[in-house]
Formats: sequence, structure tokens, C-alpha cells
Amino acid sequence: MSAFMNPEQAVADRSAPTAQPRQRASDIRARGEPFTWALGGALGVGCLMIIGFLLMVFWNGVGTFVPKPIAVVTTTGGEITAGEATRTELYRPTPEVVAALSEAARQTIADRDGFAERTLYRIGNFDFYSEDFRWVSAFDVIDVKYPKDIVLVERTEWGPFIGHIESIAVDGEVIALDSVHDPRFAEAHAQARARWSQIQDIERHQIGAVNYRINQQRLTLRRIELKDGRDSQAYSETKRAADAETAELQSEYERLTEQAQALRQRNAGMTVTLEELGGREKTIGIDEIVRTYPANDLSSSEKISIYLSRWWEFLSDEPREANTEGGVMPAIFGTFAMTLLMVIAVAPFGVVTALYLREYATQGRLVAFVRISVNNLAGVPSIVYGVFGLGFFAYVLGGSIDQLFYPERLPNPTFGTGGLLWSALTLALLTVPVVIVATEEALSAVPRSMREGSLACGASKWQTIKYIVLPRALPGIMTGIILAMARGAGEVAPLMLVGVVKLAPELPVDGLFPYIHLERSFMHLGFHIYDVGFQSRNSEAGKPMVFVTTLLLIGLIFVMNISAIVVRNRLKKKFVGSQF
Amino acid sequence: MNVDARIEFDATQYHVKDGGQGVVLDIKDLNLWYGTAQALYGVTMPIEKGLVTALIGPSGCGKSTLLRCINRMNDLIDGLKITGEMRLHGEDIYARGADVIALRKRMGMVFQKPNPFPMSIFENVIYPLRVDGVRDKALLEETVERALTGAALWNEVKDRLDQSALGLSGGQQQRLCIARAIAGDPEVLLMDEPCSALDPIATAKIEDLINDLVGQYTIVIVTHNMQQAARVSDNTAFMYLGRLIEYGDTEVMFQTPKTARTQDYVTGRFG
Repeated sequence: MSAFMNPEQAVADRSAPTAQPRQRASDIRARGEPFTWALGGALGVGCLMIIGFLLMVFWNGVGTFVPKPIAVVTTTGGEITAGEATRTELYRPTPEVVAALSEAARQTIADRDGFAERTLYRIGNFDFYSEDFRWVSAFDVIDVKYPKDIVLVERTEWGPFIGHIESIAVDGEVIALDSVHDPRFAEAHAQARARWSQIQDIERHQIGAVNYRINQQRLTLRRIELKDGRDSQAYSETKRAADAETAELQSEYERLTEQAQALRQRNAGMTVTLEELGGREKTIGIDEIVRTYPANDLSSSEKISIYLSRWWEFLSDEPREANTEGGVMPAIFGTFAMTLLMVIAVAPFGVVTALYLREYATQGRLVAFVRISVNNLAGVPSIVYGVFGLGFFAYVLGGSIDQLFYPERLPNPTFGTGGLLWSALTLALLTVPVVIVATEEALSAVPRSMREGSLACGASKWQTIKYIVLPRALPGIMTGIILAMARGAGEVAPLMLVGVVKLAPELPVDGLFPYIHLERSFMHLGFHIYDVGFQSRNSEAGKPMVFVTTLLLIGLIFVMNISAIVVRNRLKKKFVGSQF
Repeated sequence: MNVDARIEFDATQYHVKDGGQGVVLDIKDLNLWYGTAQALYGVTMPIEKGLVTALIGPSGCGKSTLLRCINRMNDLIDGLKITGEMRLHGEDIYARGADVIALRKRMGMVFQKPNPFPMSIFENVIYPLRVDGVRDKALLEETVERALTGAALWNEVKDRLDQSALGLSGGQQQRLCIARAIAGDPEVLLMDEPCSALDPIATAKIEDLINDLVGQYTIVIVTHNMQQAARVSDNTAFMYLGRLIEYGDTEVMFQTPKTARTQDYVTGRFG
């Protein structure tokens, strides 16, 4: 404070020590310090909230895949609970419960004003217990152990299993296992999983491609039927060719099915018997096991390798267990493709609109009205855009496209339902005001001297815009596009109506002609968060996934923004680096 | 300081130096309004071909407005109204249906502040040809060399023609703008206070350049600086509050001005 003593005061003190110092000079309102503090404080609060939010997401997201120790808890009733401790909280037990406790336990609760501590354990074994999580009150606990032989098994069905691996059976031969580190288990597991991926590949991709071609034959035939009628020459010729082709494809299909069946048969002979702590056993196929590890007996390097392999699975795999396990690769891809498509749609449209508004339109009432309307568009709830997108894009536009170009597929809609293209266009509509406003700003910031210089050289207005104004305004336009991208990538509500689904069987881009399928529905990280967090069987199980997916979505938007900013700064250096 | 409404310029009082090549630009009784405010009052002024004509006068006297009328730069302003005549080689600039772009291609203009485009030096100079759609590489290269030599910049930039023009100093940028203005071989070169944003050394270079360009081009230059007008121009027009007060041979104007107001201005008593 004293370092910022105002100079007037100091001067007054020096020149006229006896005179009354002027009141106005030292008035705190005049110096504006409270306002400075208020401004800084507001900024500080804003930063704190954002940093707090990011830290929370980051911390929870980063910690999700760390392998946690499994506690085996014995409680007063003699009950044994084994699981990963997820969180601990205070709660108020009912008076009847408290009354039944020992003197010491009652005293502890009374000291805490009636609150007792309890811990939530992730116990897994949903197929036995019909629950994923169990609360254990601290006053019930007799003993907590971390036995080294207990194993966590990640399965493709029923969630994790916690217990022991009893034995494995390979082609009828039963091998009892002493430890999870037994190489025979690892070998059998690797074989079974390899076959499992082969089966996946055959069933998903190869048979998918055959089915696709059979369907194409059917559609070609149907198209000719619609065009020339069933009795025409063309129809009978095509039918003959199609029948031959289809028969060939059919035999191909059967061959592949047999192949898959054979692999399945091999895997069926490889089973593993698991035993939970209560002694109940369960036998499953080895190929149903994703990953096994002794949770209480891991070295640091093993922990890191499990952690990384879980991240890799998350980023590169498809979801399983109703999205609460496995990966989100289709959602990453869908989000990225949709955002990219949206930028491709919104950038030219917004820029052209802004160019006309700013450069050509007579600045009168009509333009002012249009401008206000555009700004107001930015305030319309996004779900309204979703309704519009569904009604106009999907039903009206898509319906007409289906009538004109895909009559053979009716009544199944092709473009006449939600899909990638309509989602991108709906979001483009949602974000176009941002681009228009930013572009207008950028255009009006182009110095008049530049335009005059160009016009004086005999350039027409269009040439001036093309050669001088647009390049110069490009960084500003990029800023608008970046903002639009950030807004669009994070939007979920309208997408739920126009094309995002919980689980998309196919990616919008694949190896089948025409390679990019804009009509397909897709997965989206934002919707994935909503779905896993609030629509799944057990929201507690989905919570870590929500954090990881949020972290990923923020990361994706961050990466896209950073790349756009890098491009913008390059442009800025090139076109605006002048002192005038 | 109100101008006496009775001071009407008498065209017979012109003592203009004759360039011997006739009149390139003939301005007759030009009036101009910005909305309801009149900015030019009956300006009549023939500009001699091949000479440098300076427009001087205090701020707001209409000299820049007059200059910008010549290549119709004022067209960009809303609510502009012009009466009177302005003829380039006898052709009415403000005729109905006149092609403004073709007109501007016949003139070059240099502005107060250097305004190089955010492109390479090469692209800057050939901009007038580029907008004409010239693609002949040899012609473009020849034009760049001629224009930059003409603007006394060739030796300084010939090795870095492909670098951004924004990296040049202020004085170099202004000479680049002159090169750009003369690249299209204009009939008239308009300069709107071309040295006002430059330091004295850069100013001297531009003035030397103007002296070199005399004869090849007809130059009309607006300047605030009386000494500059005296140094570079053949004829000088003194304007005051939208009126042309005196127009004639620069030497006569600065030594024996015909009107008292001109005398006051050129001797620095006001302005």
C-alpha cells in the first residue's frame, strides 16, 4: 500500500507542510483502489473456479485406472467383504443400530455428535451378490486384511470378479493353479484372446462386408424394379446376375460362419474356474477374461503397466458392459468427425454471410435487424436447435433425399433420420452467430488505408476483398471458428435428437464404398458422459468413467483449439505483423 | 479568421508555369458537399502535364478532399455530392456511367501513412498488374525492376523481393508504395502528404525521388510543409476554407504572392 502512496499527497506534504492536505487527492474512491480490488477479486474467483474444476476432473480422471488394493474385511456378523475401497464418509446411523452396539462404539459415535464412519467397497461379483458396491460401517469392522493371493479379474460380462482362480481346463484337461503368475494360465489366456479377436474380426468386419454386398445386390435389384417394373428385360437380367452373385456371397458367408464357429469351438474347450471368498465357484471361458492381476501383490512396474494398458484399452477399444467398461474409441472418433464436419459447414457459411453484411449490404435498418437477429440466435436454447434439426434436416431434407436418391431402401430411412451430417449441420446452425460476429469484427478491423491502397491501384471491390481484406481478417475469422469449435464440440442436448446414439455398431468411416457414411448415427463423448453417469445400471460404477471421459473430452477440445490457435498465430504473423 | 465571402478567385490572376505539354487535368467550378456541409467552393484549376503541382493550405482547407476527388476516392463516403467538372485529357471523370476502376488504373496514389499490403515486396509492386490479370512473368519482373528503380528502392531490396513488405522501414515502405503507384504507368501521380509519417532523412529521399520523377509523370502533391512545396513543386495552389485562393508558379507564389492571405500563410503568420 505504502509503495503506491499517491504522488500528489507527497508533493503537497513537501511544498506546504503546514497547509491542510487536499481532501480530494487522497479520496480512496478517486484513486479507485476498491474497484481495482473488485476487478482483481472477480478475476481471481473466476480463475479459482475454473482451475478447481479442471483439477477435480484431472485428479479423478487420472486416478481411475490405477490398480487399487483389495481389502478383505471381516465384520461383527462374521460376514466377509472383499473389495476396493472407493470412498469413506460420515453418516448418522439409526438409533436402533446404535443401541445394539458395544459401549466403546456408542461412545465414539456420541463423541462425533451421532455420526459414524463408513466405507464404500467395490465388491464386484455381480453375478453372485447382485450388487457392485457395499457400505461397511467402521464400528462393524473386526479385521481388515490384504491377502497377497487375492485376484481381480476383469471380465467381458458381469463386471469385475474378486476372489481366486481355482483351475483352468484346456480341452478337457484340468490344471489346478497355485498362483495367478502360473505361465500355463498366461499362455492359455493369450491363445484364447487371440482367437477371440479373430472371431470378432470375422464376425464384425468380414461377415459385415459380405452382408453389405448382399444388401447392395438387393438394393440394386429393388431400384431397377422401381424404375422399370418387375416384368422388364433389365429386371430379369439383373435378377439373374444378382442371384448368382448372392449365391456366391452366401457360400462365402457360410464359410466365414463356419470358420468363426470352429474358433469358438476351440475356445469353448478352454475354461477357467473362479472362486469367490465365500466359496462359491463359477466357470467361465478364458476368452471372457480381459485382464487378471493380484491386486495386493503388484510391483511398481506391474502397476504402471496395468495402468497404461487400461488407458490404451480405453482409448483404442470399443465399449463393453453397457459403456461402463472398455474403451471409447468410437465416441472419440464420432466427436472428432462431427466437429470437423461442423467447422467445414460453419466456416464458409458464416464468413460469406458476414462479408455480405459488412462489405456489400447498405447499412440500414434491415441490416441492423438482421444483425440483432443473428446475435439473438446465439441465445436460443440448444435443444430447440435439436428439434429444428430433427424436423427440418432429418425429416424434411433427409426425407426428400431418401425419396429422390434412395427409394429402394424405403421404408427404412437413409438420410431421413438422425445422422452425422445432420448433427454437424445442426451444430453449424447453432454456432454460426459466433462466426458471423467474429468475422464482422475482423473485417471492420481491417484498416481503411489498406482498402484505399488497393482501390487506388485500380482493384475492384471484390479484388480488394479477395486479395487484401480477407487475408488480413483471417486471424480474426479463425478466432471465431475456434470459439465455434469449442462450443460445438461440447454441445450434447441437440445431438441426442439428431444422430447421437448410446452404442453405434459402425463407425461413420470404414472400408466399404463410399467410405464416408454421413447418414450413420455415431457416438459422442458428451453423450457418453451423460449415458454412463446417469443412464447406466449402476451410477456408482460409471462414476470413474464419467471423470475419465470428461478429461478426454476436455483434452480433445483443448488439442483442437491449440492447433487452430497455432494456425491463427502463423497467419497473424504473416498478414498483420505491421505497425500500421 | 472567417474568409471574406467576397474574395472570389479571379481566374485571370493565374500565373501558372507552363509545362509546354498542355493541361492533363482540368478542374472547373468544382463544388463538394459532405452531407449538408460544403467542403469545396467553385474550385477552378487546370493542372499542367509533366509538372509537380503542390496543394497547400491550413488543416481542413479541402486540399486532401480535392486530391481525392481526382481519382474518385471520395466515392466511398456516404452522402457525398459534387457539382462542376473534372476532366482527364478532356474526358469527364464524373460523367454518368464513367468507369471508376478504369479511371483509377490511369492514376497512382500515395497515402499519408505507408500502406504496403501484407504480401511480398514483389507482389506489392505488381499489385496493379495482378488485378489486371497479367500473368506474363517476364513482364512482371521487368515492371518490378523498373518501378523499384523509379522509386529509388531497387538497390536496397533487389535481393529480398520475396520477403514480406512489412519488414521494411517506414521510409522504404513509403518508397515501395510509390513504386506500386508508378508500376501501372499512371498518367497522374497523386500524393497525399506522403512524408507526414516519415523522419527527415526518409523525407529527403522521397523529395529527391519526386524531383527525379518530374517530367515522366504529372504529380499532384498535398503537403503541410511549406518548404517542401517550395523545394519540389513547379506550381502551387493555396487553398483556404474550401476555396482556391491563389494558384501559380511556386517561385512567384513564395516570393511575391498576389493576395494578402497567401502572403500571411507562406510567411507563417497563420496556418
